[in-house]
Amino acid sequence: MQIAVIDFGIGNLRSVEQALHAVAADADIVVTHDARVIAAADKVVMPGQGAVGTWFKALDERALTAVVKQSLNEKPLLGICVGMQALFEFCEEDGGIDGLGVFQGSVKHFSNFHVQQEPCLKIPQMGWNQVTQSQDHPLWQGISDQSHFYFVHSFCANTQADQPAVVGTADYGHKFIAAVGRDNVFAVQFHPEKSHDDGLTLLKNFTQWNG
Amino acid sequence: MPLAKRIIPCLDVDNGRVVKGVNFVGIRDAGDPVEVAKRYNQQGADEITFLDITATSDKRDTLLHVVEEVAKEVFIPLTVGGGVRELNDISKLLNAGADKISVNSTAVFKPEFIKQASSHFGSQCIVVAIDAKQTQWQSRGDAQDRWEIFTHGGRKATGIDAIEWAIKMADFGAGEILLTSMDGDGTKAGYDLKLTKSVSDATLIPVIASGGVGNLEHLVDGVKLGGADAVLAASIFHFGEFTVQQAKQAMRDAGVEVRL
Repeated sequence: MQIAVIDFGIGNLRSVEQALHAVAADADIVVTHDARVIAAADKVVMPGQGAVGTWFKALDERALTAVVKQSLNEKPLLGICVGMQALFEFCEEDGGIDGLGVFQGSVKHFSNFHVQQEPCLKIPQMGWNQVTQSQDHPLWQGISDQSHFYFVHSFCANTQADQPAVVGTADYGHKFIAAVGRDNVFAVQFHPEKSHDDGLTLLKNFTQWNG
Repeated sequence: MPLAKRIIPCLDVDNGRVVKGVNFVGIRDAGDPVEVAKRYNQQGADEITFLDITATSDKRDTLLHVVEEVAKEVFIPLTVGGGVRELNDISKLLNAGADKISVNSTAVFKPEFIKQASSHFGSQCIVVAIDAKQTQWQSRGDAQDRWEIFTHGGRKATGIDAIEWAIKMADFGAGEILLTSMDGDGTKAGYDLKLTKSVSDATLIPVIASGGVGNLEHLVDGVKLGGADAVLAASIFHFGEFTVQQAKQAMRDAGVEVRL
C-alpha cells in the first residue's frame, strides 16, 4: 500500500510521515509533490499548516489542483488542519479565498464567534481539546468519545456548515467542526500526528480504511 | 470548554546531553535526550521543549540530528530553541521534526525577525522565549514590580521591561510566550507568580510558565495563581521525583482541566 503525503513546501511534514510509519510499518509512505505519484497512490494525506492562502498558492504553483480533485473523488483521503479548511467552500483568511467546495460553508476566524467574556479565549486555540464524536465513523474505532486531541488554529468551520457531514465537534467559545467526512474523504481540524496515542489510533484507522 | 492546561517537560541540551542548572549555572547531567523525550512521551506529557542552551553563545548550529532522533520518538508537539538567527534556521528545525521554534536573543536584536518568521511560518510555530529577572529600576521611583529581560542564556542584560516586551512580541506575531523567571530557575521555590500573572494578563497569546518548580503544587499555582496556559518543568521530572502522570493527577485533583 502506498500513501502519498502531499508536500506543499510548508509546515512539518516529517511529523505526519513518521506517525504514519509508526502505525503502518509495511506501508510505503511517500512525501511528494509529484502529481503522478499522488495519482498512483492508494491513499492520500493532505496536511496543512500556516495560512490557507499560502496553501492554495502552493497547490497552484505545484500544479496539484487536478490530482487533488481527482483524489477527492476516488480514494481515501485525510485532510489535516488547513488541509481540512481548504475543503470548505470559502475561507475568510488572507482576504478571503474560494475553497475546494467538498463541504458546504465557510471557514472563519474564531473572533467571529466569541462573545466578549472574562477571561477571554486566546487565539490561536493552541492545545488539547476534547472531541465529541457526533457520528460513528470507522476512523473513530478504538478512540473513546471525548478524547483529547491537539489543536493549533485561529480559523474554524462552524458546525452549522454542512451539518450531515460533521463527524466530530469541539468547543472553544462556541462549537466548531473538529472532524468532517463524506464518502472517501475524512478531515480533521486537529493534528492526529501530534495527538499521542489517540492520534496514532486515528492514523492507523486511516491506513486500514477503504473509504 | 477550557483547553486542557499543558504540562511540558523541558530538555535543556548541551553537547548532546540533557543537563540542568541552577539559576542558569552549575550544570548537572540528566541523560540522553532521545531516551528522556521518549520517557515523557510515554508518561503522557502534552508537549516537549528542547532547548540547545549553549547554541547562541557558542555560535553553534542547533544539533539538528538530535532533534531528528527526538522527533522520531515523540508524537506530541515538540518545541525547539537555541541559536535561531535566521529564517533558514527555522526551516531546518521544522524539517528536522520540530513543530514550534523558540526564539530568544535574536528577537531582542532584531524584533522584526519575529514579524518575518510569523508571517512566513505562521504564528502557531513561533514561540518567543523571555528570560526575566526582577529588578530595581533606578530611573523610576515607583514600587511596582518590574522585570528586566536577559539574552544569551541569561548572561546579558538588555534594559528591556519584560511586560512591555511580551506585549510587543505578541503584536509582532509571536504565537506563544515561554516565560522563564531567572530568579526562580532551578531553585525549586516555585514560579515567579507575579511575573507570570502580569505577562498573562497583558497579552492575548498563551503563556508558558517556567523556572523554579520544586513540587507539584507549584504547577497548580502556575495555572491558578499565575494564569499560565501551560507549565514547564525540568528537574522534578528528570531526576525521578515525579512522573508527568503524577503531576497531571495533582492538577486534576486541584480542579485544573488536564488531559489524563
